[in-house]
Amino acid sequence: MELLSYILEQAINGLQIGAVYALIALGYTMVYGVLRLINFAHGDIFMFGSFTAYFLISKWHLPIYLVFPITVFATALLGYAVEKIAYKPLRSAPRISLLITAVGVSLFLEYFLSLKGLFGPDYIAFPRPFDVRVFDLKLFSVTNIQLIIFSVTAVSLLLLYLLVYKTRQGRAMRAVSHDPEVAALMGINIDGIISFTFIVGTGLAGIGGILYAFAYPQINVFMGIMPGIKSFIAAVLGGIGLIHGAVVGGIIIGVLEVFVSAFLSSTFRDGVIFIVLLLVLLLRPNGLFGRRIEKL
Amino acid sequence: MLIKVCGLRAAYGAVEVLHGIDIEADRGEVLSIIGANGAGKTTLLKTIAGVVRATSGEIIYEEKKITNERSDRIVRTGIALVPEGRRVFPDLTVRDNLRLGAYTLRNRRLKKDLLDLVLETFPKLRERLWQHAGTLSGGEQQMLAVGRAIMANPRLLLLDEPSMGLSPLMTQEIFSLVRKINSEKAISMILVEQNAHMALEFSHRTYVLENGAIVMSGESSKVKSDPAVLAAYFGG
Repeated sequence: MELLSYILEQAINGLQIGAVYALIALGYTMVYGVLRLINFAHGDIFMFGSFTAYFLISKWHLPIYLVFPITVFATALLGYAVEKIAYKPLRSAPRISLLITAVGVSLFLEYFLSLKGLFGPDYIAFPRPFDVRVFDLKLFSVTNIQLIIFSVTAVSLLLLYLLVYKTRQGRAMRAVSHDPEVAALMGINIDGIISFTFIVGTGLAGIGGILYAFAYPQINVFMGIMPGIKSFIAAVLGGIGLIHGAVVGGIIIGVLEVFVSAFLSSTFRDGVIFIVLLLVLLLRPNGLFGRRIEKL
Repeated sequence: MLIKVCGLRAAYGAVEVLHGIDIEADRGEVLSIIGANGAGKTTLLKTIAGVVRATSGEIIYEEKKITNERSDRIVRTGIALVPEGRRVFPDLTVRDNLRLGAYTLRNRRLKKDLLDLVLETFPKLRERLWQHAGTLSGGEQQMLAVGRAIMANPRLLLLDEPSMGLSPLMTQEIFSLVRKINSEKAISMILVEQNAHMALEFSHRTYVLENGAIVMSGESSKVKSDPAVLAAYFGG
């Protein structure tokens, strides 16, 4: 009985981080879908979200219901700008140039923002705008942070689903990700859809950034690297380019990571995730839900 | 004059594929362009549709120059391409494929009328409306590709090898349905075909394309009985 409740508790913890990975992985997968690019700067945009929320809460004392939309707006704006400035001029360049540029953007964001007077290089305590409360549900317990993370993630996923599958814009996104040339023949402005996809994907990373900081309230300009890589692995695990794949992949990676920490050792935590990446690439390179293999 | 192509040249990298093409079509007219594999037929349609860039020459459509416009803008002027190999969106439903065809249209009434027209012309699509396009047969996918282009409310329809991979019976069926659309809706068409027999039957006028240049043109009935064409396409 005690073991069961321990397992359940760890599963909840895994879902907590898995939800954040899912939100970040969506950005990777959607951008890959329309541009065939792994946006390595995506983890840094997630970090930018945490910092935006930090400034809004600790410097401006804004209420939480304003922190979410403003942060999403800020990360989406950054994502839009990165695409316009760094990626769009390379539209007809070889794909490797785009990939290298993405790495460059990532390093630029990290080291430029780590300057004193901007975000700085140090760890900063993130002030949660509420007290932590634990609800004991007999078999296991949940915190109000976890409830917030689950509900905000669920609402975000629902809105994303409606956007992608029920709107004209969403149909255009899917068309571009299947076949950009034919999508253009339908009258779809490809560049417009790419911009829009960046806005949506980086907006979701912003939400992830807030939620992550709620759960792990220590933020730093390099905090996006590890969650970024793990979310990328989650997107590959689910099948890059697939929205449901990113969600399932994120949750699997989150739960796995927590279970490894709980039952093995936290030293193995990151290593196991990279072993997952290697196994996926070796055994099922198109991911759990992928059908065809896309060449990078 | 609906469309006039003058001295059109196009290249893939350093290799020129079209060496100065001149063709023109009137309103309501059906043109066919026949020629061997690699003659540049597909490239010609793709250049008109803005997928391939022209290196020189002009495309005048409804008195406006549309050379090297982006393909999403060309659709808005009223030119729709049915691409070679159909290229429907396999993971989207038939309905979503058709709705994407009407992406540029805002008028609900018009979209509904077009959908009715497409579903009346191709009743098989109505039965498959909620199926993924990838599950359709080749012939049904070709109907969907044509229907999707019709949904853009074009005045000029470009058809690239609609008979490819289809049985003769299915080819016949699709051609007669497309013909019906042409006569009822006065949509002009430029048809590119390897199946010279079908193309000559179907069109008012025909151009013969060889190695990126037009070598013959005229009324399809006359081209059909030309000795050189008979020798090249009908084995003497």
